[in-house]
Amino acid sequence: MDAHIQVKNLNAYYGKQLALKDINIEIPKNQITVIMGPSGCGKTTLLKTFNRFFELTENTQLTGEVLVDGENIYNKDIDVTEVRKIVGLLAQRPSPLPMSIYDNVAYGMHIHHMRKNREDYKDGVKHYLEIAGLWEEVQNRLNEPATSLSIGQQQRLCLARGLAVEPEIILGDEPTSALDPISSQHIESRLLDLKKQYTTIIVTHTLRQAKRLADYVIFMYLGELIEAGPAKEIFSNPKHERTKQYLEGLF
Amino acid sequence: MAELNSTFTTTTKDRRTKQDFLASRTFFVLTVFPVLLIVIITVALFLRAQPILSEYPLTDLLLGEIWKPNQGLFGFRPFILGTIWVTTVGVILSVPASILTSIYLAEYAHARTRAIAKPILDLLAAIPPVVYGVWGLLAVVPFVDDVLAPLAEGRLDSISIFSVTQPTGFGILAGGIVLAVMIAPLIISVTFEVLSTVPNDLRHASLGVGATQWQTIRTVVLPQTLPGIIAAVVLGASRALGETIAVLMVVGNVPKVPTSIFDTAYPLPALIANNYGEMMSIPLYDAALLGAALVLLVVILIFNILSTLVLQRMLRRK
Repeated sequence: MDAHIQVKNLNAYYGKQLALKDINIEIPKNQITVIMGPSGCGKTTLLKTFNRFFELTENTQLTGEVLVDGENIYNKDIDVTEVRKIVGLLAQRPSPLPMSIYDNVAYGMHIHHMRKNREDYKDGVKHYLEIAGLWEEVQNRLNEPATSLSIGQQQRLCLARGLAVEPEIILGDEPTSALDPISSQHIESRLLDLKKQYTTIIVTHTLRQAKRLADYVIFMYLGELIEAGPAKEIFSNPKHERTKQYLEGLF
Repeated sequence: MAELNSTFTTTTKDRRTKQDFLASRTFFVLTVFPVLLIVIITVALFLRAQPILSEYPLTDLLLGEIWKPNQGLFGFRPFILGTIWVTTVGVILSVPASILTSIYLAEYAHARTRAIAKPILDLLAAIPPVVYGVWGLLAVVPFVDDVLAPLAEGRLDSISIFSVTQPTGFGILAGGIVLAVMIAPLIISVTFEVLSTVPNDLRHASLGVGATQWQTIRTVVLPQTLPGIIAAVVLGASRALGETIAVLMVVGNVPKVPTSIFDTAYPLPALIANNYGEMMSIPLYDAALLGAALVLLVVILIFNILSTLVLQRMLRRK
């Protein structure tokens, strides 16, 4: 397996409470990995350690390593903004920035000075809105505030905004849980389209979504990694008793 | 026909309905009272200032430069400009540092730093103005005299607002420094609250694409909170306009139109506090001082109305 992210002996604490217990896992490149497990199992915490968002919560502590392309992103000389450029995040609730639709997509490109002139930025914005499947709907209203979009459109806008800084990895923290079924379907089909080019890691608590998306599955329980493997194996033949119970809907 | 028993009418008003009625009326009266008070104060000041207003044209009073009550000269101009000078210097000195402090506390500081620094800053607001006045007298005035004035001399002297003409240290700069420290806690705490209203989701959205914290603050947090920050500054400025004792202890109190920050000044509140109740035998003196109070009130009202208008325009543009 070609691993894009390797997690080694990772422990995470909120205050004194241990939220992740000695996690060791490799996440395959250019596939969709789904992290699942019951509430409070640490799946979102694990996801947040991949783009160094975990440290934004006050009074947290982390030991161990997270390697992206073989480099530990927790090394002292690592530039955290570069990590977050390479590892993009689609949040649980869509969070458009308080600016126009156009500026939302151009935001990250501006910050990293990724284009030369206005025409280049325009092309970039159009390109990523197309990838996110939103261009048709917003091409005539690019200067309207992003908050004027529906929730489902906002989430696709956030996807475009994230993709515009050319990440290699997309994290999704229950990215469809605030959306209606049709909008969720939009996002899911985008993620499936994109998986050839990006390593995608999705946290979800809906088993059906996990089955629709996953190439690779990580199952967690109470801060521990119980089982991980290719989706087919986990869903058809889970080795661990807990996984079996979870898949049967026992908890 | 016999009266029907309706579910929705009660023949005798029960206690809680009465209580509710009583409460709403009481609260209404309590709300109206302060509003009335402003009207009453303004009208009363106007009536008491009437003798001087009918004696001299308004332009003479507002633009007159000479204040010699025993010769019948009542020019408010030095006092109005003195008030504006001291307040402006205070606000200019206070606002940048205060806003940066609140940004640090709200965005960068660790929870523990914040837990220690915030209460101490709030405590600054609780120090009585007269104590600030003493501090100004013993520390700021000599500092202006020994350090700042010599520093300006020969360097900034050519610019008229920095020219040093009197060698005591008392004056607008000393008053401005004292005011700056006095209004800082107010501006800091209001700005801090305003910054805290920005949801973390927005910050994370910006940080998530690799923005630095400063980029996030500049492009997301500050534009979002600008109206609130302006409101904080207005609050601080209003406080500075009316501050009396701490200022009068350090500004020199010479009724002359100032032209430099090293000049002495005589702001309106200081004029009223220093003189009301004394030398009241001079004709029209009482009316002149109450006229000064009226002018101060009007200046503050105009300032507040203008800033409210600016705020509303900004909010509408959003």
